[in-house]
Amino acid sequence: MNRHALAAIYRFEMARWRRTLAQSVISPVLATSLYFVVFGSALGPRIPVIDGVAYGAFIVPGLILLSVLTQSVSNASFGIYFPRFTGTIYELLSAPVSYLEIVLSYAGAAATKSIILGLIMLATAAFFVPLRIEHPLWMLAFLVLTAVTFSLLGFILGIWADGFEQLQLVPLLIITPLGFLGGAFYSIDMLPPLWRGISLANPVVYLISGFRWSFYGQADVALAISLAMNLVFLAVFVAIIAWIFRTGYRLKT
Amino acid sequence: MTAAGQAAPAVDAIISIRSIAKTYASGFRALGRIDLDIRRGELFALLGPNGAGKTTLISIICGIVTPSSGTVLVDGHDTVTDYRATRSLIGLVPQELTTDAFESVWNTVAFSRRLFGKAANPAHIEKVLKDLSLWDKKDSKVMTLSGGMKRRLLIAKALSHEPRILFLDEPTAGVDVTLRAGMWDLVQSLRAFGVTIILTTHYLEEAEEMADRIGVIDKGSIILVEDKAALMRKLGRKQLTLHLAQPLGAIPAALAPYHLDLANHGADLIYSYDDKGQRGSIADLLRSLTELGIEFKDLHTTQSSLEEIFVSLVGGAR
Repeated sequence: MNRHALAAIYRFEMARWRRTLAQSVISPVLATSLYFVVFGSALGPRIPVIDGVAYGAFIVPGLILLSVLTQSVSNASFGIYFPRFTGTIYELLSAPVSYLEIVLSYAGAAATKSIILGLIMLATAAFFVPLRIEHPLWMLAFLVLTAVTFSLLGFILGIWADGFEQLQLVPLLIITPLGFLGGAFYSIDMLPPLWRGISLANPVVYLISGFRWSFYGQADVALAISLAMNLVFLAVFVAIIAWIFRTGYRLKT
Repeated sequence: MTAAGQAAPAVDAIISIRSIAKTYASGFRALGRIDLDIRRGELFALLGPNGAGKTTLISIICGIVTPSSGTVLVDGHDTVTDYRATRSLIGLVPQELTTDAFESVWNTVAFSRRLFGKAANPAHIEKVLKDLSLWDKKDSKVMTLSGGMKRRLLIAKALSHEPRILFLDEPTAGVDVTLRAGMWDLVQSLRAFGVTIILTTHYLEEAEEMADRIGVIDKGSIILVEDKAALMRKLGRKQLTLHLAQPLGAIPAALAPYHLDLANHGADLIYSYDDKGQRGSIADLLRSLTELGIEFKDLHTTQSSLEEIFVSLVGGAR
């Protein structure tokens, strides 16, 4: 294991994050806080409680997870796409670094950032809405699992993308809509049966359901299914990355 | 790999390239079965026109491009199966000015060292930056550097992990004359230190001044590998071009001994001659022209560019 390289890439990526703190931390935290303010403090009291949870508090897990999803994907994708774009990837490819080390350092850094971001949002939410976390360890486990899984997806995206446009389109056109329709703002039990069935095809439903369960002990789908879906995504993304490295797809000619 | 007592050729190859071929997915055949040995501690100049396969060959040795077939051994290690060993030994200065933008000079060089598996060593980074006249820029962001500085930064990155082999792919493109001289001083001192250097360049003078051996590559094949002294004798050709007052339809028979060429629809008469100045043959040629009543408006001489020489080498080899 090339520990030095692992540490160097990880620190490089974290330094990039610190340089762009306004864009990578403050802006998502602010955006999410606006939801807390509007739906939690302002509108929340007028919306009926869901499963015994005040609406303002109900939406917190979903919104945090949504941000973690989006930030993991965009951060990891940018981290590996940028060297491809500028050409500095030559150095990575000519270095005595294994593929495992490359993924661990890039996706690991992206996941770290998302987890920190998630925790900051959690702390912020506590200012606006009454929060309780029934299963803190499960909450952390889901947070970490989601951050890691979607950092891997971001890595794949960054390898696949041929331009900045594609880099932004995927989070914008796929992740965000799936997130909004994935039960961040409502329990899918509130939907008519048809739409509930359709919603179950949305992978994000399982992620949010499990995460919300760790807060309030209530879930749209069984906890085991949520966990299993998380692990399935993880396995799929790991398999795709293994394929990328075996074939050198978009990296080596 | 040769037993000590054996009377093997006294070539201690640090890089052994065997039957390396590369055809890109597009179908473009960049390299066809290359065999080449680079000797330990030598400065090898790899010359060839654009698109000849220089960069592809270097990229294969460094692990950036996967060869279609063949093997490369670096210090006895296979570059595919034992890539950690081979890549740790190699520093690569790429042709393109590809650098980070927002990092500081110091950070980007220190990063390279650790990427190549070495523990941080500020003293070494300081020495490299000073050797490359980048010390006063160590805290500057890379994006603020000039082209020449970026080129030197790439060299600093390549030297950050103390490689035993250094690839310089067109290192002096865009570097001004004084800095170029400084760069060559550094290269010479690295070589004195035992570093093997492989250099590609378009500048004949550089190869002439620096290299121990010269390899010429064209259309994906190594045309020749020779000691510099031997090659220089072959390359010292010059050309005299005469712009004629009246275009010629054909070269008069009386001028046949000079092996002239007509160009530009008969308006230019070209005489290729040796650097050594064969018995005043230019004067003879001009006299012959006068006798034949062929007038010219202007003339100029050129030393064949390296690329032209390569083309003639390729033509001559067939």
